[in-house]
Amino acid sequence: MDISTQKTTPPPSPQPSPAEQKRAARGATRPGDRIFLGLSRGSGIFLLVVMAAIAVFLSLRAANALSNDEGNFFTTFEWNPTGSPPVFGIAVLAFGTVVSSVIAMAIAVPIAVGIALFLTHYSPRRLGGPIAYVIDLLAAVPSIVYGLWGVMVLVPNLDGLYGWLDEYLGWTGIFEWSGGAPRALFTVGILLAIMILPIITNVSREVFKQVPQMHEEAALALGATRWEVIRMSVLPFGRSGVISASMLGLGRALGETMAVAMVLSPTFDINASLLDPGGGTFAQNIASKFNEATENGRDALIASGLVLFVITLLVNGTARLIIARRKEFSGANA
Amino acid sequence: MKLQRMNRRALTLGALAVSGALALTACGSDDTGGKSNGGDKTTPNASSVDCMDAKGQLQASGSSAQKNAVDAWIQSYSAACKDVQLNYNPTGSGAGVTAFLQGQTAFAGSDSALDPEEITESKKLCTDGQAIDLPMVVGPIAVGFNVPGVEKLVLDAPTMAKIFDDKIKNWNDEAIAKLNPDAKLPDLKIQATHRSDESGTTDNFTKYLSAAAPNDWKYEHGKSWEAKGGQSASGSSGVAQQVKQTAGAIGYMEMSYAKEGITSVSVKTGAAEPVDVNVANATKSLTEAKVVGTGKDLALELNYTPKAEGAYPITLVTYEIACDKGNKADTLPAVKSFLGYIASEDGQGQLEAAGYAPVPDEIIAKVRETIKGLS
Repeated sequence: MDISTQKTTPPPSPQPSPAEQKRAARGATRPGDRIFLGLSRGSGIFLLVVMAAIAVFLSLRAANALSNDEGNFFTTFEWNPTGSPPVFGIAVLAFGTVVSSVIAMAIAVPIAVGIALFLTHYSPRRLGGPIAYVIDLLAAVPSIVYGLWGVMVLVPNLDGLYGWLDEYLGWTGIFEWSGGAPRALFTVGILLAIMILPIITNVSREVFKQVPQMHEEAALALGATRWEVIRMSVLPFGRSGVISASMLGLGRALGETMAVAMVLSPTFDINASLLDPGGGTFAQNIASKFNEATENGRDALIASGLVLFVITLLVNGTARLIIARRKEFSGANA
Repeated sequence: MKLQRMNRRALTLGALAVSGALALTACGSDDTGGKSNGGDKTTPNASSVDCMDAKGQLQASGSSAQKNAVDAWIQSYSAACKDVQLNYNPTGSGAGVTAFLQGQTAFAGSDSALDPEEITESKKLCTDGQAIDLPMVVGPIAVGFNVPGVEKLVLDAPTMAKIFDDKIKNWNDEAIAKLNPDAKLPDLKIQATHRSDESGTTDNFTKYLSAAAPNDWKYEHGKSWEAKGGQSASGSSGVAQQVKQTAGAIGYMEMSYAKEGITSVSVKTGAAEPVDVNVANATKSLTEAKVVGTGKDLALELNYTPKAEGAYPITLVTYEIACDKGNKADTLPAVKSFLGYIASEDGQGQLEAAGYAPVPDEIIAKVRETIKGLS
């Protein structure tokens, strides 16, 4: 079970109409109400119980592994829980996970927002539907297929891009390339960007659709161009929605397993350059070490999974905070 | 108004039905309908298969290195013994041994012999006995390379150790040139590729490096790669793919993956001539293996520095692991019958076609003896 793709932001739902509010306030209860109340309350409690059970299980197994760890769990650049003495640490994994996800976000968010704006404000009506449908198809592709595509198509064709980045941006240090096969964090970032594009696009599109018509018409009436309308009314209104969409995408990127395991060339080393081998990701490491892991090795992997769990919680918490702070702008979150 | 409410209710019901159906199908088991038992028994067409009246399901899992061999065996065994349904799940050696020790499978396949802790643990499972290693498959490990313009490449253990340890970085290095006086070695960066997942192949390759080049390979052998630098890829197929598509790459993989456009290194051993990787050469080096297991355990210690002409030094042995005593009564006949078949001349004879080498005669004779005594 993949714990890193918890959905914490519900899809935007329309505000209840005044009539409905009135009816709710009258507060008649019939058996149906009570049953439904019980069902929905039960679902909520069930979710909390499941999450608690996962957390307890992970913590117990992780504690077991940590007590055997001879290295520092947070700073060791090695993963050898089967060795004697067992030594393993997550520094490299945390680095790789965060860096590859950040690259993915940097690529995917602008493109996704662009697509969403195009679909809601620029594209002809007839084109909007099919395009949205194609983007949904992207989300339906299994990650292992992305992995295969990455290995067979993306990696062999990235030499040119890597060379170009190295030539013109090599001086920055983060785009230096020593000529290895292009299977570094940057490649993973590109692949993840494609994988998280649909979810960010869809949620952003829904949000932009909900911009009050009055705002836009008012801006138009003041003589604003279409771009100015988007800048003045659509983007401010949709900001928190886009942020929560991005966080959903980020959650996906952090936990992506199979595609990363197939494309990345992980090394237990941290490299300043994004184009040279350096770093792995939590999920990739679990996938590639699990088959041959001994009892202690498995516990060590679970401990690393717990760290990913915590990172995902932090990301989602931050997203919630941002949205809560900007609530006044938006009807886009429940 | 009423109509609307009706509609909404219908929608809700519909949604419930759909989600319910989805939930149900999500955890539906895929029923791989086994053949029904109790049909008329056909006479075994292969005389070497002794079915021992075994019946029912036989579950096994473990090493993915021997998967192709097991597939071939299951095919011919099932043709002879229709009452046994055999499933072998290539989960990886570690997972296979764990599943076996937890009593989920009848036997396991593993690229590494059991360690003392595992043997101790197995005494719980095997009443009055313990788990034992039965060497069954020999898999040569090829070192594939991709250097444009170089058709044949000779390397010795120290040079290979330096390449995989990132000490030799370019193909035109003197050490490589000295071993290959006739080759046109280009000025090209070496991209040594190792496995990113844990694997018995890595374990055996690093065992070879530390045995044959102790001065240049300072790392412990193990299932995970400890040296720094180089590239990595997941699975033998991933390494093969990487070698195929990257100029300057070199990587180790099971021999069955080193075909279709991958050329393999000839290894310079103590013998006069460099040795190519093939089935016959791998079997030659196995004749120098010693049994180091105690009692019925037939764990082998390979000789990674053979001096004989044509003995290829980089090999791995896959063991089948079962209890010597205290196997489950309902699976014992099937285990004895299947293992007996794969250790027979007929079973071992199928290995070459699948890209493996048979276990040498002396050792396989002991294996057959041990299987007869399983209880």
